[in-house]
Amino acid sequence: MKKYVIIGNGVAAAACIEGIRSADSEGEIMVVSREKHPVYCRPLISYYLQGKTDTERMLYRSPDFYERNACRVLYGRSAAKIDPEARAVTLDDGAVLPYDSVCVAAGSSPFVPPMEGLDGVKEKYSFMTLDDTLELEKALTETSRVLIVGAGLIGLKCAEGILERVGSVTVCDLADRVLSSVLDADCAAIMQRWLEDKGVSFLLADSVERFKGGKAEMKSGASVDFDVLVLAVGVRPNTALVKDAGGNVNRGIVVSERMETSIPDVYAAGDCAEGDDVTTGQKRVLAILPNAYMQGRTAGVNMAGGSEVFDKGMPMNSIGFFGLHAMTAGSYDGEVYEEKTDGSLKRLFTKDGFLKGFMLIGCDERAGIYTSLIRDKVPLASIDFDRMKRGATTAAFSSEIRRKKFGGVV
Amino acid sequence: MKRVYVNEKWCLACHLCEYNCAFANSGMTDMALALKGKPIYPRIHVEGDERISYAVSCRHCTDPMCVKSCIAGALSKDGEVIRIDKNKCVGCFTCVLVCPYGALAPNEGGVMQKCELCLQNSCGEPACVKGCPNGAIVYEERGAAE
Repeated sequence: MKKYVIIGNGVAAAACIEGIRSADSEGEIMVVSREKHPVYCRPLISYYLQGKTDTERMLYRSPDFYERNACRVLYGRSAAKIDPEARAVTLDDGAVLPYDSVCVAAGSSPFVPPMEGLDGVKEKYSFMTLDDTLELEKALTETSRVLIVGAGLIGLKCAEGILERVGSVTVCDLADRVLSSVLDADCAAIMQRWLEDKGVSFLLADSVERFKGGKAEMKSGASVDFDVLVLAVGVRPNTALVKDAGGNVNRGIVVSERMETSIPDVYAAGDCAEGDDVTTGQKRVLAILPNAYMQGRTAGVNMAGGSEVFDKGMPMNSIGFFGLHAMTAGSYDGEVYEEKTDGSLKRLFTKDGFLKGFMLIGCDERAGIYTSLIRDKVPLASIDFDRMKRGATTAAFSSEIRRKKFGGVV
Repeated sequence: MKRVYVNEKWCLACHLCEYNCAFANSGMTDMALALKGKPIYPRIHVEGDERISYAVSCRHCTDPMCVKSCIAGALSKDGEVIRIDKNKCVGCFTCVLVCPYGALAPNEGGVMQKCELCLQNSCGEPACVKGCPNGAIVYEERGAAE
């Protein structure tokens, strides 16, 4: 009977369990879970604060998930070391778990840059985990003035989640625009205006010089009085276990399309892994939930002796605030097709006869058809792209392709 | 498993399937009361132009991107039917971003809905098929298209 160890208990880990069980119903699965919760939907923590879900509905799988899949979960434990020679994982309490194969699905950790006076700030929170969220919730009152450092996906979702239940929300970022990792200046401006209309204040292209007695003094000279501080500057993949074991690590743990690391029988998946980006052909950490699932599942199947590759990874995000949705995918490289109205913007990026990426705000109908053109590398010459660019539609495919898509099991 | 298939040659673009779908999923017994004068949110939609048209609904993929991508664990495979738990969905639109058929769209409340083959509603079989006046939508067992 094979022994599997999964380090981490997020979505990549759950997918790994499902992957293993699709190929091996017998083997012993041990899950090492730093957080004391069964797998939950991490991206829903802001929706929790907004009252759109609760801790029960946030569970990623049904309550009998581990039992049904015959897994043992070690809650509150973390892995300290992987020993590839001994084929064993040592935990923080000294326990040793032998393995035939191990998957590192350890996620990422918030990155907090040094800031003067930060130690003196009592009410400061990260916004990565359910426990962070429950702690933050306890600190919030109707009159709280909240300062969020970081206008990325995490910071802005936090802003949306708490806006209705606090006095004020101010977001600052070193970048000169919101969501700078996914949106260009024009798209970011639309989203920023929308958020400002809803009541969020911004201090962009600015950063905290020092914290001093409930006040943040900014580099620009501005100062912000606050009661609660949220740090959402960025995250770093948790790579140390594999790095210390001698494995190949860049920004993330480098994996093949089978999710193998450079160490035999050690796999990695999810936010800590660096796999292939189909739109650039380069390795990249793609810290998004769909990627975590697909990588985790692929790792699991292969750990159990099956054969699966995941070679369709690419950056993509669907992110909405107060009802306005932005969707992005791929890389923003090549010629641009643009459509703009008052509250919407569409940009499609084409290069060498392929769709490479897109940004859509307020015009997301059937956007998955665009995504499929990128993912499947559909030659634009084979479809009616003039029609497709005006609005995503399967009618732009040839009747032959449509017959395959709609005429049988897919 | 039986799935819904369309025949482009027979589709008249009458959009009746959309109305039958919205009615079957309304939980009401009177079609006029359910739909008249209201925006409708069908789980099937007619695509095409004046030359060719056809109705698109969930393909119930064997390897569903939407299920793997759902950030709320709301989409799942129940046997071979892809179902959505509206109680868990938070309306993030990630499924819209990944479905290659454009088969998911929000309902009036902002959470996602999709074709579940009318297996759970009062119709009990796909209402779009039952009501198609020209036999352009069928519900049958097929393999992959050659």
